[in-house]
Amino acid sequence: MTEIAQYNFAYLDEQTKRMIRRAILKAIAIPGYQVPFASREMPMPYGWGTGGVQVTASVIGPDDVLKVIDQGADDTTNAVSIRAFFQKVANVAVTTHTGDATIIQTRHRIPEERLKAGQVLVYQVPIPEPLRFLEPRETETRKMHALEEYGLMHVKLYEDIAQHGHIATTFAYPVKVEGRYVMDPSPTPKFDNPKMHMSAALQLFGAGREKRIYAIPPHTRVESLDFEDHPFEVQRFADPCALCGGTDVYLDEVILDDRGGRMFVCSDTDHCEGRRAEGHRGHLAGEAVGA
Amino acid sequence: MTDEPLLRVRSISKFYGNRIGCSDISFDLWPGEVLAVVGESGSGKTTLLNCLSTRLLPTSGTVSYRMRDGAFHDLYRMSEAERRFLMRTDWGFVHQNPADGLRMTVSAGANVGERLMAVGDRHYGQIRAAATDWLGRVEIAEDRIDDQPRAFSGGMRQRLQIARNLVTGPRLVFMDEPTGGLDVSVQARLLDLLRGLVHELGLSAIVVTHDLAVARLLSHRMIVMKDGHVVESGLTDRVLDDPQAPYTQLLVSSILQV
Repeated sequence: MTEIAQYNFAYLDEQTKRMIRRAILKAIAIPGYQVPFASREMPMPYGWGTGGVQVTASVIGPDDVLKVIDQGADDTTNAVSIRAFFQKVANVAVTTHTGDATIIQTRHRIPEERLKAGQVLVYQVPIPEPLRFLEPRETETRKMHALEEYGLMHVKLYEDIAQHGHIATTFAYPVKVEGRYVMDPSPTPKFDNPKMHMSAALQLFGAGREKRIYAIPPHTRVESLDFEDHPFEVQRFADPCALCGGTDVYLDEVILDDRGGRMFVCSDTDHCEGRRAEGHRGHLAGEAVGA
Repeated sequence: MTDEPLLRVRSISKFYGNRIGCSDISFDLWPGEVLAVVGESGSGKTTLLNCLSTRLLPTSGTVSYRMRDGAFHDLYRMSEAERRFLMRTDWGFVHQNPADGLRMTVSAGANVGERLMAVGDRHYGQIRAAATDWLGRVEIAEDRIDDQPRAFSGGMRQRLQIARNLVTGPRLVFMDEPTGGLDVSVQARLLDLLRGLVHELGLSAIVVTHDLAVARLLSHRMIVMKDGHVVESGLTDRVLDDPQAPYTQLLVSSILQV
């Protein structure tokens, strides 16, 4: 009787990784196209990043340096547990510094620091189909993608303007990739959409429950859909980050007390820490330790 | 004015296994002409309509359509992309149940605007202006533009469906029992509206109905079907006033008089 391996590098068996790599290669060859793949059961519930974890497990090697973020933060439950998972099953180096990482698995943010060539950004995607809430039939949405019938996507934006006076979609904002496929960028804030355009890094999207992988190769056009008289705009914030004083970054609201007190801080914790280390201070940062 | 038909139907048959859906049907539809297809339930009217409007692949026969450039194209030799493009630009399809033809979860304005956006219109103000204009033409109040069709009555839904189909200026509209399920006063109003629009826009239409009154009011010519076969065809007034085939005589004489 042959010995069955009890352990394999990065959790998945080699056949599974091969299958997922084939799907990834196909996704890269057709930017924005959703490639079906045989998603595996992972030791975490659906909705916790099973798609992203499978993609990361298939592309990671012993020399890689992994960073995992959840809503921009390195220290939240999802990020900590996935980072610990890969330390255990692949024994790879991990980091919280965006610049040092070769693979960044993300849940719903793109790091503020501009990504470099050679880096891979892996997104966790809950619902890969941008047309899903408008057209529930999978057979029909596939046909619409095949025939490039994307009028329906604008119906959603039309509804936003009709109801709110402006395009009120703030996350999972639909984009057109390389002038062909309309794609859901996963529930990232639309603030991050411009960062996908012509990015030097490879961007991979994995949806575990929906069993789809798609990709944006480096230096690919990514345009956010809009109307001529209602052009695409990103969110703006009135105040800078309360800790690092950063502007032009995406901020999270933090409730401070039950009397309406609140602060806005960088969603990207690594970016915020980096700025504070350089001496930048927001109005609630206090004094640096030892100063 | 051209002396060529808009739609050429030759020997269309559709079999469901051994059962006949419709059998060996041929006719020409001319620009600006409204053709009614009448007959009892199960006579193959809707099967015929679906075969003509590329919603159902016929077993045999050809349907060719004269495109805007004047050339005839066999519908079932076109690519699916071309057929679907035709369906949402040059054609319209009015379903009996408006919920089948409308998007019930988006506003009336977006329902009308969808076709415009599908052909590449990307100016919100213009789309909204076109939607407002069309809602007015089908007698829906302008302040209902942001309401969802589920807040509309049956008659309003049906009128909205008509506006949604006509916004791209189609040349041919298929209608499957457009007044089915509406009460008589709403029916009368809808028929009046349809007759006005068809005349004003010079539309060609194929109307499937079991209601001879609808055929009388809307259509120039009619086809009477029974068991998948055409039993009689001719000018509407001639067929209804002087039916030749026994079945047509039976049909005409069974209209209830009030």
